[in-house]
Amino acid sequence: MTEPVIVLDRVSRAFGPKKVLAEASLKINAGEIVAILGASGSGKSVTLKMINGLILPDSGSINVLGYHVNALRDRDLAPLRRKISYLFQGGALFDSMTVFDNIAFPIREHLKMDPDQLAERVTTLLAMVQLDDVEHLAPSELSGGMRKRVAVARALALEPEIILYDEPTTGLDPVTGEAIANLILDLDRRLGVTSLVVTHDIPLVLRVADRVAFLESGQFIFDGTLEAARTSGPDTVKQFFQAGVIHA
Amino acid sequence: MSMQSNPSGFVRTVASIGGASRLAGQALVRMVTPPLDFGETLRQLDRIGVGSLNLTNITALFTGMVLAVQSAYTLSKFGASLYIGEIVTLSLVRELGPVLTALMVGGRVGSGIAAELGSMNVTEQVDAMRSMAADPIRKLVVPRLWATLLMLPALTILADGMGIIGGLFIAVFQEGLTADFYFARVFRALQFNDLLLGLTKPAVFAFVIAIIGCYNGLNARGGADGVGRATTNTVYAASICILIADFFFTKLIIGLAP
Repeated sequence: MTEPVIVLDRVSRAFGPKKVLAEASLKINAGEIVAILGASGSGKSVTLKMINGLILPDSGSINVLGYHVNALRDRDLAPLRRKISYLFQGGALFDSMTVFDNIAFPIREHLKMDPDQLAERVTTLLAMVQLDDVEHLAPSELSGGMRKRVAVARALALEPEIILYDEPTTGLDPVTGEAIANLILDLDRRLGVTSLVVTHDIPLVLRVADRVAFLESGQFIFDGTLEAARTSGPDTVKQFFQAGVIHA
Repeated sequence: MSMQSNPSGFVRTVASIGGASRLAGQALVRMVTPPLDFGETLRQLDRIGVGSLNLTNITALFTGMVLAVQSAYTLSKFGASLYIGEIVTLSLVRELGPVLTALMVGGRVGSGIAAELGSMNVTEQVDAMRSMAADPIRKLVVPRLWATLLMLPALTILADGMGIIGGLFIAVFQEGLTADFYFARVFRALQFNDLLLGLTKPAVFAFVIAIIGCYNGLNARGGADGVGRATTNTVYAASICILIADFFFTKLIIGLAP
């Protein structure tokens, strides 16, 4: 049995009076693609942000690739963050930089690469998300789908061991959504990348996920295979899948 | 309702002062330790310094002219309008040049910093930076701080010069003094203490403006509304802090070097 690379142990987090997570626990194994589902505001994105230390829990512990995330300061989390990429919902590209500089940002920050090598690497990363000749453009000149693909290219720049996807297909046309789904699968199969996908896109879940974790009332009320989620999971989980397939 | 969910204005103000002070400490450490992002610092020098030139120079030119008109009006009653040069120069170099330039730059640059960083914050660009193990204080705050610290004293020197030239117009064309006489009085009036006060104040004000702008920007929450509030709060807080710091700093310098 593979070792878990992400372990959330009885993690709680409140924002003011609102308890978002209440002793939630979850384990993710290396190379898995796990979909985190739940209603809007149920704490899915908060869970992702806790995994790379962007938000700290009030109690409980988070262990990722052997790092005790909630016991470390930002500075000490740097080695871990080089191994985890985060694909933000809106892409979070830097407005003041070109596409090239956006993708080159993590490389310049952590690796020593001469300009020719860097240019080649950026072109390769853009090709992986089926984009070319956009290096000189500003993020504001890109469509929503292109922005997301550039964000994926940036997320792959440091060849991460774990990728956290926050709504990777929201706002995308079906063809681009399919390309993103293929990319998630390809990264898993080819490079063994562990993926956590927060989404409401049930067809995407059915296409890529090995496992589903369902968040409700601050806890993972279901954690199992796709088949189990659709057939023997709690009613809310089954309803989620039924509604998701109907609306797709 | 609990204090945590709806803290009073006083609690929020104290929390903001604490947060801004903490940011100031963290930024100071990073300012003097490598690496410095030269590209971003140069970009900010241009935006903050060159971009503010017209605003601060026009403000100073007309302030110098108004000072000269007012001084001439008052001094002529005592037959002392020859002293226009001294009054304009000392008022500008010691007080009005640094304070007005800082207020103008505080409005333009402080709000610009808060809006830019606030917008980056609410669109998760700051989180993206942290998630890539880059330090937002080093990448965003330090270049803006260095740029403001270098540019505000430079803008103040230029503004002092423009104000003195404004005074010259009135002295020559309204009061009939010669330019040589006016400048002789200007240079005779200036002491080391005046220059010390006039050039150290802008550095203090620059630090205040940049830290308040960065702090409000990095703590903006809630979309466009939050960015708007961060911008307004920056102009408000920076203006008040400049005026309060001006009083205490003037007292301190005069106490140290009377």
